Amino acid sequence: MLRTRDLSYWLFLAPVLIALSLVVVVPLGLGVYYSFTDWNGIEVGSFVGFENYINVFQDEEFMAALWFTVKFSIVSIILINFFGLSLALIVTSKIKSSKLLRTIFFMPNLIGGLILGFIWQFIFMKVFDGIGTHFGIENLQGWLSTTETGFWGLVILMSWQMAGYIMVIYIAYLESVPTELIEAAEIDGASPFQRLVYIIFPLVAPAFTVSMFLTLSNTFKLYDQNLSLTGGGPYKSTQMVSMEIFKTAFVESELSYAQAKAVIFFLIVAVISLTQVYINKKREVEM
Amino acid sequence: MGRKYKLPVELLGVLLGLLWLAPFYLMIVNSFKTKREIFSDTLKLPEGFNFDNYIEAFTQLNFMQTFFNSLLITIVSVFIIVIFSSMAAYALSRNKSKVSTVIFFIFVAAMLIPFQSVMIPLVTVFGKFEMLNRSGLIFMYLGFGASLSIFLYYGTLNSIPKSLDEAATIDGANKFQVFWYIIFPMLKPITVTVAILNTIWIWNDYLLPSLVINQEGMETIPLKMFFFFGEYTKQWHLALAGLTIGILPVIIAYFFAQREIIKGVSEGAVK
Repeated sequence: MLRTRDLSYWLFLAPVLIALSLVVVVPLGLGVYYSFTDWNGIEVGSFVGFENYINVFQDEEFMAALWFTVKFSIVSIILINFFGLSLALIVTSKIKSSKLLRTIFFMPNLIGGLILGFIWQFIFMKVFDGIGTHFGIENLQGWLSTTETGFWGLVILMSWQMAGYIMVIYIAYLESVPTELIEAAEIDGASPFQRLVYIIFPLVAPAFTVSMFLTLSNTFKLYDQNLSLTGGGPYKSTQMVSMEIFKTAFVESELSYAQAKAVIFFLIVAVISLTQVYINKKREVEM
Repeated sequence: MGRKYKLPVELLGVLLGLLWLAPFYLMIVNSFKTKREIFSDTLKLPEGFNFDNYIEAFTQLNFMQTFFNSLLITIVSVFIIVIFSSMAAYALSRNKSKVSTVIFFIFVAAMLIPFQSVMIPLVTVFGKFEMLNRSGLIFMYLGFGASLSIFLYYGTLNSIPKSLDEAATIDGANKFQVFWYIIFPMLKPITVTVAILNTIWIWNDYLLPSLVINQEGMETIPLKMFFFFGEYTKQWHLALAGLTIGILPVIIAYFFAQREIIKGVSEGAVK
């Protein structure tokens, strides 16, 4: 139909090719190059080899942010998927309020992370504190003022926001499970728990992979919620990788050094994504 | 689920639903209170529906201007993404050469690149060419949004038989006419999905606009909200009224198009 030597083929592709090149490909290439130099945003003085990269691994602040991000991602992935699957099972169980509940659970996803973080800042700092003072519960007081409460604050915020999103994915798979299969198991005397574990879970297995990686990529790259809920505080102890890179670049103005961090960040994300692609392919082959 | 589990499940669902709504409840209820009322109790209903906080927040946010800024950037960006991504996906689906495979692969691979790893050179390069403005921002949205959109269009386009294109060509239509008059109208369902996904993303985006259009009068809702909140952290009554105003447009849109939105998001995620 459209031949590669036709002008129209290239006209159809030109706008997105130009945009992708200038916005993603060129900056990525330049970024990798800059990370090996002492670039300061205006000019490149000299080539410094792996110096920036070596410094990154000795940078306590960066390593702390990376470790915090990893811990946060693992805990969030487990909780988000637990809640997402639970909510999906509840709303697909033919209850009356099913439609309304889906609408409610999904709602936080439409609102920007920045705004959601501010709302929860009020809840943790004012509402929790008020209840804590009123009933004398010390654990509810002073939220977000310690590293631990900041961590759990972020986890609660992300679980509340993303559970509805993951729920939608599980619903898509759950609704494709043939009802005859479940009815047959019911007649054979399988309890609801047995039906869930032996019939429904294996059939929705691909949903686990999809949801796991979607939550992983969202939590690992988190910025907005981190900025608005804790701002990285207290004393940068709840700062995640994205924010650390941002601050190195635009607050401390160490651009080539920040770019080395950004390249490492890219490599980690790429490895995670490629693992997902590999697992998906492997499963397709097995099936 | 068996019949005897139905009531407990329904109750559990409703309970969780209320829990999920609680943050919105707390935000709205407290946005009508005075500073003193919030200080004494955050849970109870306000003494009266006092709109003073809203009037103050609306003015401070310069809300009409801010809302218009967000609307302009979102609509133009989404429109451009839809047009150019569908065209590109069409070319790739109707030309299965090695060149097309490579181009498609590049677009898919670009989805793996996190924004933070290109952000610094991107801002400096665009800054050098004086493109840190609205047009620059919209162009960047095309660059970042094209990949997923092309990917979604490509899947649908492959299922549209090529005999349709051929018939139209025989009738004398050129390549652009075939696409615009025959193919594009058939892509409507996936266009809705692409538009919804990009709208949610661009409307709520904070980091990119904060780097590109961070100037008085240009701010989108998330940008303005950040400054507004910074000024009013100790004045929760005003901050909460501002946040409520900020999310109101989204809630209204969701109320009218929730079916399409949930469907679009789940399609975009599963594919």
